Amino acid sequence: MTRKTGQAFLAAIGLILGIIWMFPFYIVLINSFKTQRDIFINTMGLPSKWVIDNYITAAEKLNIATTFFNSLIITVASVAVICTFSSMAAYALERVKSKSSTVLFLVFATAMLIPFQTVMLPLVAEFGRVHMLNRIGLVFMYLGFGSPLAIFLYHGALKSIPRSLDEAAIIDGCSRFQAFWMIIFPSLKPTTVTVAILNIIWIWNDYLLPSLVINKKGMETLPIMIFYFFGQYTKQWHLAMAGLTMVIIPVIIFYFLAQKEIIKGITAGAVKQ
Amino acid sequence: MKKRKNKNAWYWMFLAVCLVSLVIVVFIPLAIGIWYSFTDWTGINNPTFIGMKNYARLKDDKLFWHSLLFSAKFSAVSVIAVNTVGLTLAMLVTRNIKGKNALRTIFFMPNLIGGLILGFIWQFIFVDIFDSISRFTGIKAFSGWLADPNTGFWGMVILAVWQMGAYVMVIYIAFIESIPEELLEAAEIDGVTPFQRFRHIIFPLIAPAFTINLFITLSNGFKLFDQNLALTNGGPGNMTQMVALNIYQTAFGESMMAYAQIKAVIFLVIVATFSLTQVYINKKREVEL
Repeated sequence: MTRKTGQAFLAAIGLILGIIWMFPFYIVLINSFKTQRDIFINTMGLPSKWVIDNYITAAEKLNIATTFFNSLIITVASVAVICTFSSMAAYALERVKSKSSTVLFLVFATAMLIPFQTVMLPLVAEFGRVHMLNRIGLVFMYLGFGSPLAIFLYHGALKSIPRSLDEAAIIDGCSRFQAFWMIIFPSLKPTTVTVAILNIIWIWNDYLLPSLVINKKGMETLPIMIFYFFGQYTKQWHLAMAGLTMVIIPVIIFYFLAQKEIIKGITAGAVKQ
Repeated sequence: MKKRKNKNAWYWMFLAVCLVSLVIVVFIPLAIGIWYSFTDWTGINNPTFIGMKNYARLKDDKLFWHSLLFSAKFSAVSVIAVNTVGLTLAMLVTRNIKGKNALRTIFFMPNLIGGLILGFIWQFIFVDIFDSISRFTGIKAFSGWLADPNTGFWGMVILAVWQMGAYVMVIYIAFIESIPEELLEAAEIDGVTPFQRFRHIIFPLIAPAFTINLFITLSNGFKLFDQNLALTNGGPGNMTQMVALNIYQTAFGESMMAYAQIKAVIFLVIVATFSLTQVYINKKREVEL
């Protein structure tokens, strides 16, 4: 009896907390369908009249299709590059035991300590000088910033993949390159999923670096565009809320599609770091 | 001899791209950045060495010290708040209650959305929703949250708890779920109270999760930028400006590049100290195990 009441009590607390957690999303969503006046007199209730126009205007101002595509292309390219080259580097560092591999592993680990702000100004100046403040430059920067953690995670996973596997492939006539891509990389799949998810979340949401590197008309990613948009429409909350809803929805869809992997990946990334 | 050379060849080829990117993106800018902090660099000129002048000037920069202190205060408070909430959520959803999986999903949701967007959402809540609550209820405490440094501070803490609470929650859950079932069952048979169960069984067994979460929240709190920019933008009167935003404003708001760079070097020293302490503690714990 007491056990049952106890459980009902906990479930009730859970329900209340769940509602509190969802409240900000609810607020954004319902206000995105209101007129400006309606937001002022009726902030928390449902719209007195549902307005779709906010979305049309916000989509136009955000240039939503292009902006979304810009974010997508940067994220996909960066994540692909990070997974490809970090797994190779980690493989070299894990399989060859030498002074250089120990030192280089430490060098990569050290890089994780350095905050972005410390290198930001010289980095942008340096890339500006060689005319690389463009998408290719940005993807290259994401590789530099993202590879240390990726190498670290791949390195840990490689320890449990037996060497006899690649040695057998090499005796059978594979080159190192073939042995890695045909035998080792496929067995690293769980780590690749973790690395990909951690980097997708980071790069998709990153504002500061792209704002310094590809801040040109037509090139803006979603965070850059949202930043402009919000600055321009602070007093026009109805448009701002529609804009925010549009950028949040793809993330929520991604979350529902890959929830298990996301939570597993984040836990692994945090615990092994 | 030849064989050995071959062996090295693939090793360096596999490493090359990552190594080059790391050197170009992180280590060269780091070295240049440290050098620039001793110069009169403006972003466009040829920097000349001016010795410790930038460092001397930093002494009287009240705003910088304020931002550093504000960041420290925010980190300390958010470490406690985020972990208290995160652990509570973890305890809740690891009990056998209805809808626990749905709750995990819901709690975690804010975590995936960028800090900038979260900051804007809460700006709307603090500015508009809170004002309308204040208008309807007549409670003055709800109005002008972001117009006051003190409530602005708590606004950022609330945002941090909402965003990060479930991040630390999933790490606590991972450790709680690795506690052997028999242990908890045996305790139940012995008739321990829920509090004893937490204090004497769960708490000691999830100690490593505390170390991890403590440092994650500490360093995230100290490095916070997007949320600060979007929620208060340092206002009112730069009183809620955190150190990362202070560096950004010095560089891009006031165009003092060399001077911003010196702040960035100090920032590095502080952040690296946190991280190295964590590495040290983890190593020590591993030895003890």
